[in-house]
Amino acid sequence: MYQLVIFLTSLWLLGSSALAASTTVPEELGDLYFGEALYYAFQEEWFDAIACLDTELAQHHGLDQPELDSLFQYIDQAEFDVGDFELAYRMHQRAGRAITAVINGNVAEEVRNEAIYRLARIYFQKNQPINAQHALDRISGVVPQEIHDDLMFLRAQVDMATGRFTEAVTLLQDLEKIKGLKGFSGYNLGIALLLEGQEQEGFRQLEINGQISGDSSVTLAIKDKSNLVVGDKLLGEKKFIAAKEVLDRVRLEGPFSNWALLGSGWADVSQERFEQALVPWSLLLEREVTDPAVQEALLAVPYAYGKLGVYSRAALLYGSALKAFGGEIDKLGASIKSIWEGKFLRALLREELKQDANWVVKLRTLPEAPETYYLLELLASHDFQESLKNYLDLEQLRRKLETWSGDLDSYMEIIEKRRAYYQPLLPEIDTRFRLLDSQMRLRLEQRNRIEKRLQAMLIAPRPDYLATAEERIIGERIIQLEQTLSSKSAAIPKDITSRIRRLRGVLDWNIYTDYDQRLTDAHKNLHDLNQVVEQLQQQYDSFVRIRQAATQSYQGYDKSIRRQRIRITAAITQLTTVMARQGHMLETMAVNELTQRRQRLEEFQIKARFAMADSFDRATRSQDQKRTEQ
Amino acid sequence: MNKFLKAVLSGILILVWSGAVYGQEVTREQIKGLDEQVQEIKSDVLSIAAELNQLEEKLLYPSNTQISIFMALAEGEQFRLDSVEILLDGQVVAQHLYTFKELEALQMGGVQRIYTGNIKIGGHDLQASFMGKSSGGNDLERSQSFKVQKDVGPSIVEITLARQGITFNDR
Repeated sequence: MYQLVIFLTSLWLLGSSALAASTTVPEELGDLYFGEALYYAFQEEWFDAIACLDTELAQHHGLDQPELDSLFQYIDQAEFDVGDFELAYRMHQRAGRAITAVINGNVAEEVRNEAIYRLARIYFQKNQPINAQHALDRISGVVPQEIHDDLMFLRAQVDMATGRFTEAVTLLQDLEKIKGLKGFSGYNLGIALLLEGQEQEGFRQLEINGQISGDSSVTLAIKDKSNLVVGDKLLGEKKFIAAKEVLDRVRLEGPFSNWALLGSGWADVSQERFEQALVPWSLLLEREVTDPAVQEALLAVPYAYGKLGVYSRAALLYGSALKAFGGEIDKLGASIKSIWEGKFLRALLREELKQDANWVVKLRTLPEAPETYYLLELLASHDFQESLKNYLDLEQLRRKLETWSGDLDSYMEIIEKRRAYYQPLLPEIDTRFRLLDSQMRLRLEQRNRIEKRLQAMLIAPRPDYLATAEERIIGERIIQLEQTLSSKSAAIPKDITSRIRRLRGVLDWNIYTDYDQRLTDAHKNLHDLNQVVEQLQQQYDSFVRIRQAATQSYQGYDKSIRRQRIRITAAITQLTTVMARQGHMLETMAVNELTQRRQRLEEFQIKARFAMADSFDRATRSQDQKRTEQ
Repeated sequence: MNKFLKAVLSGILILVWSGAVYGQEVTREQIKGLDEQVQEIKSDVLSIAAELNQLEEKLLYPSNTQISIFMALAEGEQFRLDSVEILLDGQVVAQHLYTFKELEALQMGGVQRIYTGNIKIGGHDLQASFMGKSSGGNDLERSQSFKVQKDVGPSIVEITLARQGITFNDR
């Protein structure tokens, strides 16, 4: 109920924050990190959503071949979404920059138009309708179907804000039948017509809007609001019968019912139907006494009794009103005091409130919290809401920063533990590794030589290269024998020479005839060796990675952690200052509101006092007169 | 029209035509100025968050041991997911109870990173289980085992839950 009041009193801003999170999931989501950002966004965890998507976008843009990245096909949506999330997180400056970058990029017409629409929405939300208008003027060509109606509605809102009511009226007339904007376009059309100067038409429109069908709470509330505006206008024009008829259409339990009941009563009074006026006003007297309409009814009811000549009853009711006003004035004084003592801000930050949709109302039930019923209208104002959200965001950031500060301490501890573990181990490991590394290099060189030789043998056969070790020894011994014999002066017997030649012949025969088989075997062996070398290389790479990871697990963090610590400390300092200012601003707004309400009640008190005295006089005079007559 | 009536009508007008009115001490410029400062702080903190994420990833989850497990609901699934449990090599590494907002975010197509941790290169057993209630109010309980192959780069595992069962995608 109270959220509806808040919602409806800022109708002119409709379409800004509510549309901020219009994100949808692509049909086939291939990038899980993008999906994670959406997961946070759907929960309205804007900080996490932005942080997640920012990281993903930065990684994507840093790639040499971004087209191979899983985010590539969703990049346009991701760029938009990050702007949208920033907008929802009320980071309008950054959102504006992100969206402008898309507009200026080489993008399709539809994408560009959607980006301009979003930029215009930011301007409008930031109360810069002229800039919003300039942005909207840049939209041309095809507009995506899904934003068509929202764009028209935004154009109408901007037109209204820039005083172009005729254009706004034309647009809103086209939007009247759009289901998603039911009631809102009609209400805005009525207001636009009024501001354009077409009073009768405007009120007729609002009257029609006050009778639209639909039973959703929002539709019912906007109907009530339309009827209230029309009723007020008719009262002003002294068309009391019509005014009462319209005001009585407002639901008895709706967010505008109190004002409607009050107005309905005054419509009766203006026709001198005092008894009838007591019907809606008496209903009001049973309601929450902090409501301004109820407080006015406290004076209005005895006024009607006075007009009916029931002075004694009037005097008593003025007395009750005085008592009620006194009580409320005291309550307001206590509330102002509690706000200045910081209890309001402390209450706003309580965790249990955040779980409750009706937290504004719940706030008053907390011990020592100020009387928030008096703040409902203030809480409904755009500026207060934005300031409050900023304050709550700052508190969330403060907690994050404090957690991170603690995390840095833990990181340092982890690093120190890793250093203590690895540092003594690594020198010995490195020594052994260097030894193994040199052995490995040697073997690899040998293998490479063999491979090269085998390749060469495919072109120029060298059977001698493939002689076995035994054959080599035999060959050497034959050479040795030949040398020994030739060194002697005596002639070598023929049979020995022929035996040696036969031996060499057998040796060469074996080597030459087995050459093909030996070459095949050699290649096979090389292939087997390659597999072993590959395994060795994998082990080597794995070792290098692990060795590198061991060093990286504790080295090179000091600078980064120091930098983060400085940044976090600076951010906390800055945040504390801004949070204090923001908090003071909220307190000032709240105190101003309460002071204003207190002043109004003090005025009522004075009126009630005089009226009570007057009623007593009249009652006394009336009794005297009756006594005299008797 | 008497003064009471005027007062009432002015009250109605305040309600109808404007939001709350507050005193002179808080100007729109002050609000705007503070808002801009808040935006700057948000920007700073986001930038710190980005650097810290990088630092955390490098320090705690180096790519050669990193594994991230993501959870999603199959398209169109409307059952009420109550809890999920993930076991890696027989050890419980993640347990999560879902709030309404989280469930809604999953049903809308969001993806939850339920676990980030470290494992050795090679094959690992992964078991995913969930409990919930079907739209008809019946208890749902599913459990399935998979094999994760960890290579040199970061391992990304996607688990999709559906009434019929659990599917697995090792990226």
